[in-house]
Amino acid sequence: MQVNESKEFKPTIVAFCCNWCSYAGADLAGSGRLSYPADVKIIRVPCSCRVNPLFILRAFEKGADGVIMCGCHPGDCHYSTGNYYARRRMTMLFSMLDYMGIERERTRVEWVSAAEGAKFAATMNDFIETVTKLGENRKLRDLRCKK
Amino acid sequence: MQKIGVFVCWCGSNIAATVDVKAVAESAYSCPGVVYATDYQYMCSESGQTMIKQAIKEYGLTGIVIASCSPRMHETTFRKTAQAAGLNPYMVEIANIREQCSWIHKDMEVATEKAKVLLRAAVAKLNLNKPLTAGTSPVTKRALVIGGGIAGIQTALDIADAGYKVDIVEKKPTIGGKMAQLDKTFPTLDCSACILTPKMVDVAANENVKIYSYSEVESVSGFVGNFTVKIRKKARYVKEDLCTGCGACTEKCPSKKARNEFNMGLDTRPAIYIPFAQAVPKLAVIDPNACIKLKTGKCGLCERVCEAKAIDYTQKDEIIEEQYGAIVAATGFNPIKLDKFGELGYQYPDVVTSLEYERLMNAAGPTKGHVVRPSDGKKPKRIVFIQCVGSRGQSCRDKSYCSKICCMYTAKHAILTKDHYPEMDVKVFYIDVRTPGKNFDEFYRRAVEEYGVEYIKGQVGKVYEENGKMMVQGSDLLSNEQLTIPADLVVLATAIEPDESARSVATMLTASMDTNDFFTEAHAKLRPVESPTAGIFLSGTCQGPKDVPETVSQASAAAAKVIGLLAKDYLTGNPCVAGADPMICNGCSQCANVCPYGAISYVEEEVRGPGVREVRRFARVNEAVCQGCGACTVTCPSGAMDLKGFTNRQIMAEVDAICK
Repeated sequence: MQVNESKEFKPTIVAFCCNWCSYAGADLAGSGRLSYPADVKIIRVPCSCRVNPLFILRAFEKGADGVIMCGCHPGDCHYSTGNYYARRRMTMLFSMLDYMGIERERTRVEWVSAAEGAKFAATMNDFIETVTKLGENRKLRDLRCKK
Repeated sequence: MQKIGVFVCWCGSNIAATVDVKAVAESAYSCPGVVYATDYQYMCSESGQTMIKQAIKEYGLTGIVIASCSPRMHETTFRKTAQAAGLNPYMVEIANIREQCSWIHKDMEVATEKAKVLLRAAVAKLNLNKPLTAGTSPVTKRALVIGGGIAGIQTALDIADAGYKVDIVEKKPTIGGKMAQLDKTFPTLDCSACILTPKMVDVAANENVKIYSYSEVESVSGFVGNFTVKIRKKARYVKEDLCTGCGACTEKCPSKKARNEFNMGLDTRPAIYIPFAQAVPKLAVIDPNACIKLKTGKCGLCERVCEAKAIDYTQKDEIIEEQYGAIVAATGFNPIKLDKFGELGYQYPDVVTSLEYERLMNAAGPTKGHVVRPSDGKKPKRIVFIQCVGSRGQSCRDKSYCSKICCMYTAKHAILTKDHYPEMDVKVFYIDVRTPGKNFDEFYRRAVEEYGVEYIKGQVGKVYEENGKMMVQGSDLLSNEQLTIPADLVVLATAIEPDESARSVATMLTASMDTNDFFTEAHAKLRPVESPTAGIFLSGTCQGPKDVPETVSQASAAAAKVIGLLAKDYLTGNPCVAGADPMICNGCSQCANVCPYGAISYVEEEVRGPGVREVRRFARVNEAVCQGCGACTVTCPSGAMDLKGFTNRQIMAEVDAICK
């Protein structure tokens, strides 16, 4: 049986990971050889509170099908309060995006510590599966964006 | 326009086995700004680094991208390489194609494509990098140790011996901590006071050490090398410089019914007291909750008998502000409270905790070292010890962890009891006996083999009173029997938990804690005595359950780390800090509200720019204080605030490159 690979939908997923917990968690998933699809690309930020809602809008505009933000667990922020700000901002943003027609499932906030490599891989697998089911994001995409 | 060099690492076969490194390097040429791209087996090796340095000089590179392992691994290495070749170290970006690519993907085509995207994003970011210079800040050559138990004492002594000033803040009227309450120490059965009290005297006599006893840390601000700490010196109602510790006041005090904390409440003490004979500093202190004079205004007997004229009923708490370069948390532990363990009968006087038993056995304790039943003062014929009370449990009243010291101190109690009273019957209920440590298992075996202590594997379900005896109901798992043992005294080996002050201390230090309120270390294996927060170090049981030798070694390790920090004259800061553009900032103050470090202040100064020359109010970031989290950048409604090294444009460029 021949599978036409080119027709299979491969989502573009941007993951913002804080340097202290989640990026280290992603590294741990790597050293543990815990695989998750290549569709997700990680952007390292010092803290989840560095993630401007505009970055997420930009990602959707540029053709991302899903955006996930990962940070330290509440209470464990390296900068003590950063993830609380991030959590509040994202709650607002995601409900606004949902209202605008970018489905709630395309956005996610997850707390992954530096010790949770397995959680990182599982989260990514789950998120990619969810976004793949939803299909392509056509709502906010810049028309100049190739896809 | 930047001239960018791209270096793709094979990492032996770690990357090259799943990523077509040549194709990735080749793809770099299609990225804007890239003038040179190559690949090599081990970029981090001496020859790899030489190759990078040569390329920087040969092609006049203004920035380099290394596609290799995680930046958490070798970012610093490659920054140093760049610097050695005359490049600004912050003109380096890493594309993580090992941990986040080759190691998690098996398909070569997929992994190669992803590596190309990650490289593209790194190049896109680097195109917007600007050279950054780290600021330096001086180091205050004085350390603060919070907690004056054996951990704090040892840390302070080691720091002081290296020639640095160190202050100890102890919330109790005397230093010494829990070790001062112990009778003997396992496995050598040294008398605890005999090995601790000389250290207490040493630390007090050391000219580099200052002890703030009966004091608590009120607030902490600042950052590594430059902490400002406010210390609340609680009112003793006794002038420290005049009191000689003669004890005349404690004898005459008419209010003698206060709970004696040092003896775990097994006896009482007067309202004016010296915690114990070897207390350091040996000064009297008035308990305001028990003192008749302070409560009713009548009495004043101690003032009249004090020949040194040291009593001062009007004394108030005092706030002292000090500067420190490093802070050590040594807040210690407490046995858990047993109010949720009603079935084990702690409400009966003849059921005691191990620490209470420790005081019962101590020659300086309430019974002068005679083991007697607290209820009737008679010598017990049979003592039952119950281990793991509150440890290793699943329910909400239990601690999930092993308290580590209980197996050994119970064996110690059993041996000491049998030593003093060979005719006494001693039984121990246990889940497991855990005795790893030098000469520990031998010690436990001595209890069983030499002293005939009966160890019963099983848990106790109930302790109740019947005809003046404590009935211990439990199961013997090895013989599969239900036992009811009549005992004269029951000793509960209670779990230990971090001191109740640890949480507030951690919050003040912005140091992280685990779910059990133990301080977390920067790395569980490689940096066990440092907190993830720079300049904060961990000593003793505040980091996890420990016995005395382990506490002392960790205390010395923490001291070594502190000395390493204090030995530096200047600390190089992180140049990736926030900054506001005065041309855009309108001085709304929102950024200052979210800054966890108080790094943002507002200034009114003349602003000059194209078509602008006026006095404006705008935000200014103290670069030495800013830690670079970026909270302010997102809060800023006008977009004036940006974070160096992670600018809005840089992150957007990465987003664009990934989504392309």
